[in-house]
Amino acid sequence: MKACRPSLRGLALAALALASCAPDAAPPAPAPDELPAHLADTGLYADATLRDVAPDVWPYDPQYPLWTDGATKRRWIHVPAGSAIDATDPEAWVFPAGTRLWKEFALGRRLETRYMEKRADGSWLRASYVWSDDGGDAVLAPAGGVAHLAEVAPGVPYDVPGRADCATCHSRGDGVLGFDALQLSAERDPLAPHANAGVPAGQDLAAFVARGLVRGLPADLLARPPRIPARTPRERAALGYLDTHCGSCHRDDGPLAGLGLTLGAELRDRDGDHPPRALVTTVGRPSRFRPPGAPSCEARIEPGAPELSTLVERMATRDPLRQMPPLGTHLVDVDALHLIETWIREDLEPTP
Amino acid sequence: MSKSLITSLSLAAVLVAASSLPACEKASAGATFAPASVERGRYLTVALGCADCHTPWHVGPNGPEPDASRGLSGHPAELVMPPAPELPEGPWLVSAAATNTAWAGPWGVSFTSNLTPDVETGIGSWSEDTFLASLRTGKHLGMGRPILPPMPWPGIGRLTDDDLRAIFAYLKSQPAVSNRVPEPLPPRG
Repeated sequence: MKACRPSLRGLALAALALASCAPDAAPPAPAPDELPAHLADTGLYADATLRDVAPDVWPYDPQYPLWTDGATKRRWIHVPAGSAIDATDPEAWVFPAGTRLWKEFALGRRLETRYMEKRADGSWLRASYVWSDDGGDAVLAPAGGVAHLAEVAPGVPYDVPGRADCATCHSRGDGVLGFDALQLSAERDPLAPHANAGVPAGQDLAAFVARGLVRGLPADLLARPPRIPARTPRERAALGYLDTHCGSCHRDDGPLAGLGLTLGAELRDRDGDHPPRALVTTVGRPSRFRPPGAPSCEARIEPGAPELSTLVERMATRDPLRQMPPLGTHLVDVDALHLIETWIREDLEPTP
Repeated sequence: MSKSLITSLSLAAVLVAASSLPACEKASAGATFAPASVERGRYLTVALGCADCHTPWHVGPNGPEPDASRGLSGHPAELVMPPAPELPEGPWLVSAAATNTAWAGPWGVSFTSNLTPDVETGIGSWSEDTFLASLRTGKHLGMGRPILPPMPWPGIGRLTDDDLRAIFAYLKSQPAVSNRVPEPLPPRG
């Protein structure tokens, strides 16, 4: 961890910290015994070497992974024996009490492993564990996170988020992201940015159903693995990217419902009989985001013109007051930005 | 701090500009709340001084005062602020507009929000949950960018749910004012 430099940005962050990190403003801390002090005690690993995962812990690999400044990730899930994920609603899986998930972030070496566990009352316990330099241990991170744990590029910090930040994104459905019918589908999107090619053995939807971890899934989703209906392959990848990076907050319910902006993918209309909400609520729709000096009526997506599209503008900046997503990155996702810009320019018909 | 800053700044130019702005009041979206809750919310809103910054100040008959025709509607959209003054090295940190609705500091420039129930430019489309989430988390709409200084959300966010709901009820019961407040500006350089 590096000390803050006395720069303007440092001052700005200090001012923000004064406003936003007063001790009394912190979320209620979990009871001390709820969060193990060491990752080794969360049940992830088979033994103290912290290399092999326990036999009742399963790796998974979402087809539209979240960009975190290029950090590489590994993910695992544990569902208690005798219980299962209720997948009756393909867009709103319900996880049983005792479900645990881990996500490991690495940049050359393991940096942190984020952890969430569903309590008996249905709420989630969330925390992160920071790895020692030698990889021999990972200890519980402070509730407020860790600033500048490492660097993703020269001078660009890698930050561990605070626990209160977890809920910002993990607010869709039951609060689990990246483990659902679309993300685990065997029908992988070859154009998805930063995705691994193909589904690793034993990690697709059918495998989790066969294992008994997922129950109630509509049979149609097994017979015909889910994919995003789209007019072009590029649009499919663009909508998948927006689903992962924007759709957990920008949805028809929740605190942002009033914006009328929905960027999540939909599985209920499997044949694409209706235009996706991610298009209906963006293409040609005026943006409420209006920085001083900007045109008075810029569209969320201006078909044929990414340079006039607010969605692109906010993807292309990491100014913390304007960037989207608002958390988790200090670098622009250049590959995804190229995908979205090309999709808007080449695939969306300009307004006459 | 806010009122002493006001008196220490040059008022004339900005106040003249603000006082000549048209008021854009229109009917509320029609939400209804229990009168007792609205009254409790009014009491809290006054006691907490929300209007000190969220209502633009202008020159009235008795000198600078909040512009009642723009109650709680935030920084006037028509008032385009010039670049904030560059302060010398030293203990001075913050500059404020004479309207008390624009603030410049190390975080950049922040403009006070429109808290009236206008659907397009205020909190008319907000749910009660959105309002509470914003003040509890210090994030715009409860999940976006940070809410910037000088908004004292860490203290207000410690009010009870009932008190925050009462403030929301009061705000939603006020006349809607169409006023699109600009987005904040990042720090220089």
